[in-house]
Amino acid sequence: MQLVKWKLIVQTSSLSSIGVSMADREERRFAEVPRESVKLMAESAGVELGDDVAALLAEDVCYRLREATQSSSQFMRHAKRRKLTVEDFNRALRWSNVEAICGYGAQDALPFRSVKEGELFFIEDRDINLVELALATNIPKGCAETMVRVNVSYLDGKGNLEPQGTVPSAVQSLSDDLLKYYQQITRAILGEDPHLMKVALLDLQSNSKIAALLPYFVYVISGVKSVSHDLEQLNRLLHMVKSLVQNPYLYLGSYVRSLVSSVMYCILEPLAASINPLNDHWTLRDYAALLLSHIFWTHGDLVSGLYHQILLSLQKVLSDPVRPLCSHYGAVVGLHALGWKAVERVLYPHLPAYWANLQAVLDDYSVSNAQVKADGHKVYGAILVAVERLLKMKALSLSQSAEGGFSSQPGSVVGALGYGVSSPGLSPPPEPLSEAALGIASHLQAGGAGCPWEEWTPVPLPAMYCELYSFFGDSLAVRFSTGPGFGSYPPCTPPQPNDARKDPPGPAANPDTTRKMPQLTANLNISPRQDGSPRTEPPPPSLAATGPGRSLARSSSSSSSVQRSRSSSSRSGQRSAGPSRDVFPKARFTTPQTGPPAFSFLIGGRQMGRRCQGRRPFQTIFAPTPPLSAVLPRTYAHKLPVIGRVGKPVRRWACSHYSLHLPL
Amino acid sequence: MAAVQGGLIDTEEEKDIKTEPANDGCGNNNNNNTANDGRLLNASPGSISSGGSNKPATGALEDQQTLLAVLQFLKKNNLSESVEILRREAGLSEDTEDSKGLDSSGAGSGGAAGNVDSESGDANSLLSRVSVSSSAVSASAVQAPSKGAGEDQPDVNVVLSAYSQQGDPALYDVYYSSLKKFIESVLDCHRAELSQVFYPLFVHMYLELVYNNHENEAKAFFEKFSGDQECYYEDDLRVLSGMTKKEHMRGNETLLDFRTSKFVLRISRDSYQLLKRHLQERQNNQIWNIIQEHLYIDIFDGMPRSKSQIDAMSGSLAGEAKREANKAKVFYGLLKEPEIEVPLDDEDEEAENEEGKPKKKKPKKDSMGSKSKKQDPNAPSQNRIPLPELKDSDKLDKIMYMKEATKRIRLGPDTLPSICFYSFLNAYQGLTAVDVTDDSSLIAGGFADSTVRVWSVTPKKLRKVKSAADLSLIDKESDDVLERIMDEKTASESKILYGHSGPVYGISFSPDRNYLLSSSEDGTVRLWSLQTFTCLVGYKGHNYPVWDTQFSPYGYYFVSGGHDRVARLWATDHYQPLRMFSGHLADITCTRFHPNSNYVATGSSDRTIRLWDVLNGNCVRIFTGHKGPIHALAFSPNGKFLASGATDGRVLLWDIGHGLMIGELKGHTDTIYSLKFSRDGEILASGSMDNTVRLWDAMKAFDDLETDDFTAATGHIHLPENSQELLLGTYMSKSTPVVHLHFTRRNLLLAAGAYNP
Repeated sequence: MQLVKWKLIVQTSSLSSIGVSMADREERRFAEVPRESVKLMAESAGVELGDDVAALLAEDVCYRLREATQSSSQFMRHAKRRKLTVEDFNRALRWSNVEAICGYGAQDALPFRSVKEGELFFIEDRDINLVELALATNIPKGCAETMVRVNVSYLDGKGNLEPQGTVPSAVQSLSDDLLKYYQQITRAILGEDPHLMKVALLDLQSNSKIAALLPYFVYVISGVKSVSHDLEQLNRLLHMVKSLVQNPYLYLGSYVRSLVSSVMYCILEPLAASINPLNDHWTLRDYAALLLSHIFWTHGDLVSGLYHQILLSLQKVLSDPVRPLCSHYGAVVGLHALGWKAVERVLYPHLPAYWANLQAVLDDYSVSNAQVKADGHKVYGAILVAVERLLKMKALSLSQSAEGGFSSQPGSVVGALGYGVSSPGLSPPPEPLSEAALGIASHLQAGGAGCPWEEWTPVPLPAMYCELYSFFGDSLAVRFSTGPGFGSYPPCTPPQPNDARKDPPGPAANPDTTRKMPQLTANLNISPRQDGSPRTEPPPPSLAATGPGRSLARSSSSSSSVQRSRSSSSRSGQRSAGPSRDVFPKARFTTPQTGPPAFSFLIGGRQMGRRCQGRRPFQTIFAPTPPLSAVLPRTYAHKLPVIGRVGKPVRRWACSHYSLHLPL
Repeated sequence: MAAVQGGLIDTEEEKDIKTEPANDGCGNNNNNNTANDGRLLNASPGSISSGGSNKPATGALEDQQTLLAVLQFLKKNNLSESVEILRREAGLSEDTEDSKGLDSSGAGSGGAAGNVDSESGDANSLLSRVSVSSSAVSASAVQAPSKGAGEDQPDVNVVLSAYSQQGDPALYDVYYSSLKKFIESVLDCHRAELSQVFYPLFVHMYLELVYNNHENEAKAFFEKFSGDQECYYEDDLRVLSGMTKKEHMRGNETLLDFRTSKFVLRISRDSYQLLKRHLQERQNNQIWNIIQEHLYIDIFDGMPRSKSQIDAMSGSLAGEAKREANKAKVFYGLLKEPEIEVPLDDEDEEAENEEGKPKKKKPKKDSMGSKSKKQDPNAPSQNRIPLPELKDSDKLDKIMYMKEATKRIRLGPDTLPSICFYSFLNAYQGLTAVDVTDDSSLIAGGFADSTVRVWSVTPKKLRKVKSAADLSLIDKESDDVLERIMDEKTASESKILYGHSGPVYGISFSPDRNYLLSSSEDGTVRLWSLQTFTCLVGYKGHNYPVWDTQFSPYGYYFVSGGHDRVARLWATDHYQPLRMFSGHLADITCTRFHPNSNYVATGSSDRTIRLWDVLNGNCVRIFTGHKGPIHALAFSPNGKFLASGATDGRVLLWDIGHGLMIGELKGHTDTIYSLKFSRDGEILASGSMDNTVRLWDAMKAFDDLETDDFTAATGHIHLPENSQELLLGTYMSKSTPVVHLHFTRRNLLLAAGAYNP
């Protein structure tokens, strides 16, 4: 301000350069024009002035200048500016009937210089070469059009409360730093260095400031379709999904849909990479399925609407005979990942129909069919695993409900166990969601496990077991019979008649339960759920060992699986008795020997154990997530109808490019 | 600035200003006498017009006097033509003027009144009734101006000559310091009150010294005592410090303000007696004279006020408001809403039946109708001022409004509004004003490059009406004729309105969204059609920059105020103002209509807020307490309260009914340019140059008050220091000063400003 005043004073008193000295006394905080300057000006106008006249004039000029400056500040205030401009001053002059001063209206600051020797202050006024200016080719561009853009700055009065005036992360446009971070991370994850990738993923998992980048990462991940030939890249992208899902600071919002669809792509699609039998796309599908279940576990609130949709698409794939077996496999593992209820609802009713197709594949011993048949075995194995868990969990839930009935039951150990796997634990969280999708309030679970079953007229356990046994034979029985292993508490048989009273106790069930393989329980505690490891499904036992460094073991595992399938087919002749399905049990039996850890997966007890270990830390990790990020925008979502048009996704204003319209 | 060129004004122009209000016969009947004198003496065109506008009022006596004073002024300045016209218009005879008798006024003014009645018939469709019926002039108002007009000659010289009597310049110092010593020695309870005297005394003594050419003494005096003055007078002191010569005093506004308006102090009787006794004992006539001549001491009985109480109310250019200035009854209640709920209910029923939950209807109706159902006892009568009748489109809009209102979020300390920021990008030319329509569908910006730009902030584009030739072609019987008249080719997101020749400082949408007003530095207010996007009228009257303008909440009327210190009330179909509100001692910086349209609030750089009655042009409230020019005003939706924001960064809350300050909200660090209450009045939002929006708990601020026992008689207030409790949130913008705030009908807060990278 002071400077501006100075400038103006100089401009008014002289248009080129004239000496102005500061007032002698410091306390007067304004400039004074010395009489010499007045004299000089008078001389230039051809008038001779006496000293006293000049002094009087100088003082008056000062006063008028101050007055004009004071009035000019009014124009500044009304223009809602902090900076006094030459234009303001000129307006003040004009309104006091004084000629305005032209030539100083430039927007940018005029360089104000002093010459030390002469105490001379002046504004630098360079000569402009008009010819050059006129012939200049770099014509300056007109400034961009004035426009209005809107952004939601604060939701429900909340936003970032950081004082530095940044907009909340949800509406932040990308800063350079973020952009760099994004580039580095994507490069590291998709690059060659596995170590770098690990670091990047770890950071992605824990970085709290990347909310603004979420859309970009999601976009990158949605690129799965374009790299369907490259298992490695797919794998990395899936890891990226996992990191994003696990980041407690990120609110995925509607992006979760995009993520889920990318994951589903990896599960279901007949990837280009799967044409080559050497490519271990099976592991990828397993991992993707694991990821899917993970998303449902942790972000159930966001994806609840998707559950049904996913079930449908899985069912569609499963019932489509034209689809390659690898897609079917994906559907099965996908269902498995969504929980045993999904298996019961979709896979189990569908099994008879599907079985015929699978049977046909498996029964074809021609050499040309070898590859397809190997795939068929994969599917078989996956189904087996899914079905077995279904049986386990169902049995468990029955016993659970039975136990709930006999509340006086003192079995303390069992009780604890039972609670550990109580209603939400019976299957992963999608279970309540599935019920919600069916219109059953999730709290019904508390009432009794029987209720949900009625919805799709569930088959009682014995009947189910009978039917499954008719498909799988001994291979199934073996696994189910391990039940007593976990069933040190009241065995599943008593609850059966208890719960399904009207059903005649399955005659086949009893002999089945007698077949036990207690040694399998030995593996209960093996937890394959190490960080990032895919859910190693039983059928490819060799894969189970691959673990996190799957990419390295890929070739060997795939070759082994091929080998195994070959061996199984060769051994098919040894089937003991009965129809063709006996082929598989033999084959299945061989597998445990090659890879015992695989079994650990299947057993209910282990499932429980895994849940207890895996889920607890899980929950503690993610507990802060919902209140932190999920709650805020969701309350907003609930209020949306009140403050504007309903239900546009948050995405629209999350982009850095705001629109003129309020996206409500 | 205004006064500098008093005599230089074009005769023709002046004549216009002066006489036309008389033709319209709806000039203001202003009983604010001191102010009126001030206008008269301050020989600027604006003041002349305000004086002239006094004529047709019913208080014949003072009008007559005023007229005579005007005539004298005109004669002095050799504006004989104007004199003739004025005399003719007012029906004054040569004799009347010459005799200058107070008693001769009857016939003349009677004639004037008759003129008015006969001429105003067609011109004044709505307000003519008003002006005739207005008769609320207090006795004191009648007397005071007669004195003023009789004594004061309308000449600056005469004004200043009051300073001519003087003592020894060297003794000023002594006088002042002895008084200072005395005041510092009195009891604590009196000291604060008596200290109020310092500032006006200081100023007047300084001016006397300057006037009598004691430049050096004046400078010494200033230097010695200016440090003692309250910091909030700093700006005025700066102006004073520059003024060291008698010549400077001529035409200086600040000086004239000091001289023409008595500085008002409120002092308890005890303290006053103390001061009086002291001065008489010491024979300190110099000071006693000044106190008697230039100060107005409002004596009250009771306990002396504390320092904080005094500080809360002081700070304006002319001291506090006199108590009787705020005594008038103000009808602050809301008008009854017209009964148009029938269609609303029908439609709602349908809508709700579709949804299948018709239960919700009842509470809805209650919450809505609460303000419209019963006549508020504090509300003015429905036709106190004539309001335009509702058109069908207005009714539709009302229905829309009610529907939206049912979806409104109930705000509170726990449910704060979401804030959306409209950023003006690339506004290098300078954004000076913003307004948003009530339904939040349009946003307009006034710019320093004289343009007004309008944006549609919904996907609906802005379209012009077709040209006359094209309009003749369309089928006028068709149902969608309103759609057909629009020219699809002109559809665009924004439109630019060219017409002003100076920065546009104020803009306002009409409630029906058909018009836009803009006020500019060029001295005009323009009315734009948002159908054709052309200028319809340029209202000329303010001959100086017009700082603000606003439409009445019912449309038709609008108010404007500017550098000429006069606020004008206009009707869109009149090219002359219907009322002039004069009394402010400095620029009117902002103008707001009361929600019931019967009152207008103006904020000024004299650091006061005045409330004017639209019916009779009286000033019914003067609020003092701000320490800087006031740049933002907002009425609470229930009409009971007023919030004001100033360059000092403080928001003050006022109870209109009682005429009291009831709250102070501290927190902003720079000028507050926008204030807005949420739709239900629970939250007050303030936007400032410091790039923040702050939300305040208005409910709490007002609730606390109602539990208090009002000492309305004394007007003494105890302000609780609770800014921090009331502050609900501070929200930073992205280096964007907040120029405008708006609550949508659903209580979403919209803020607007120009992004300054």
